[in-house]
Amino acid sequence: MHIMEGFLPVGHAVGWFVISSPFVIAGCLSTRKILRERPEARLNLAASGAFAFVLSALKMPSVTGSCTHPTGVGLGAVIFGPSVMAVLGTIILLFQALLIAHGGLTTLGANVFSMAIVGPWVSYGLWRLLQSFGVSVAVSVFAAAALGDLSTYVTTAVQLSLAYPDAESGVVGAFVKFASIYAVTQIPLAIAEGLLTVVVMNALSGSAGKPDEIAILAGEVRQ
Amino acid sequence: MKNRSLWLVVAALAIIAAPLVIPGLGGEFKGADDRGSEAISDARPGYKPWFEPLWKPPSGEVETGLFALQAAIGAGLVGYVIGRRAGQKNVAH
Repeated sequence: MHIMEGFLPVGHAVGWFVISSPFVIAGCLSTRKILRERPEARLNLAASGAFAFVLSALKMPSVTGSCTHPTGVGLGAVIFGPSVMAVLGTIILLFQALLIAHGGLTTLGANVFSMAIVGPWVSYGLWRLLQSFGVSVAVSVFAAAALGDLSTYVTTAVQLSLAYPDAESGVVGAFVKFASIYAVTQIPLAIAEGLLTVVVMNALSGSAGKPDEIAILAGEVRQ
Repeated sequence: MKNRSLWLVVAALAIIAAPLVIPGLGGEFKGADDRGSEAISDARPGYKPWFEPLWKPPSGEVETGLFALQAAIGAGLVGYVIGRRAGQKNVAH
């Protein structure tokens, strides 16, 4: 999902920065609030960021014959809500842009939008929706993580097709092309990420069988 | 519960390993990010990125090492938190 350094036109690069900034600022405020008011949740916040840190470093083969990496942002989005993940995701993307030349500073706004904003919001929205329908915690966590992951890659394809519409088939034609590179490749990895997220959620909470357990992880409910 | 976690991990590993071992699937396994950049270059011949990374790992080995470092830091921290939690439960019982 990383758009490489210098690969977005200047106007698009600036535009994605403008769109992403408020989410990251709001995320900073809510992260500070959590750290101050719920000290017992600090370790879980660290674990949520660390999980995304591991998964986004692991490039895995997919059935389409190319490699991508999971994003790992669903775990934290389910526990703490999407806004803290905007901050944690930005830190990860900065690390990769500066130290590994993966992604970039000019494309940071766009990459933050796909991985640290859209992914976590889709995860969180789906988690709440499935919970309201009474779906089991494990299945909800799985779906939230898997589809959050996939939505990040769909967003990257949208961003690139807006910047580089096809000469004949326009934005839609370009989207089909970029989605075939990013989103289709991502499907098996998204499923794997969903499974792993259930495992880690179990390990963190003892047994993620009850929604209460996850509220305890976030420090919202005290044991 | 432990058993379920084990099977979920096995299933995840199987999904990742499948393209490598099933004949007919797979290909070069290049990074999708690079293929995206190539698609841009194909669609806009002569496109030159207007900004270069400030620093690039000097070789593939150094880059791999940094990715491994990233994974190690993350995995270490996740393991620490899970281990601490398990330890607290033991003390409580």
